[in-house]
Amino acid sequence: MDYIRYIERTHEYYRSQGYEKTYNYAHNEDIPFTPLKKPLNECRVALVTTASFILLDEGGRPLEEPRMIGTNELEVFTAPSDWPADRILSTSQDHDRYQTNMADVNAFFPITRMREFLEEGVFGSLSTNYYRTVPNYSQRKTTEVDGPEVLRLCREDHVDAALLTPV
Amino acid sequence: MSLVARVLEAGGIPTVTYTNARDIAASAGNPRQIFLNYPLGNPAGKPHDPENQRSVLREGLKLLENADRPGIIVDLPFLWSDSSEWMQKFMTDEQPFISDDAEATRQEMLEKARKQKAGQL
Repeated sequence: MDYIRYIERTHEYYRSQGYEKTYNYAHNEDIPFTPLKKPLNECRVALVTTASFILLDEGGRPLEEPRMIGTNELEVFTAPSDWPADRILSTSQDHDRYQTNMADVNAFFPITRMREFLEEGVFGSLSTNYYRTVPNYSQRKTTEVDGPEVLRLCREDHVDAALLTPV
Repeated sequence: MSLVARVLEAGGIPTVTYTNARDIAASAGNPRQIFLNYPLGNPAGKPHDPENQRSVLREGLKLLENADRPGIIVDLPFLWSDSSEWMQKFMTDEQPFISDDAEATRQEMLEKARKQKAGQL
């Protein structure tokens, strides 16, 4: 199968741009695992994403400021699961901008498709909120700060299973 | 994102991660990966193609239900285009990853964050 080896490609790219240090990708041998405990049509399901976007009000005005990595603050945000897709505006700078423009929210945050599946009885329910975090250069911060906060919010929201979409 | 998946799994919530970067998620030790070989930014399917998005979503749900061990990767057969040119061109001098505008905005926001942190704003 032909696909991009991003770890290799990134290292080559940044070296060619004159950077000495390149990004250190996470590497783990052990993998945690929790089996699904009940049928999906009884599960409460959440979306979790690292896609950067802002929510808009009914007039199309931004309800929040764009987020940016590297601020060192807690970087976990919510989006109501019944939020309309046309009031979400991508602020991503992490996509392949020569191939895609992030105009269709459902290609990276399938909020409309989730609702369709709920209506078709695929899920028991959707979580009240979906969860958003920011890709972070610090693996420690993701593992010890942002990740646990997403877990806490998911538990509070009685989430049985989470679908994740990294951007 | 895979690190968040790991925290959720360790905390008792099963996950499935839809990715466009197979090697990054695999290296991080992702619990369940659905790999969609599309350009970065399309982990949940092709833009403006609801049927494709539904198929992608469904594949992840199957994996969620059927996985009997950690670390399974499902490679979806969907192709972004007939040509694989986009794969060759990504992150090259011809198609630099970060635009000059984006870099300027990023620096501006980092500066603002630093000032906020220092209590100057």
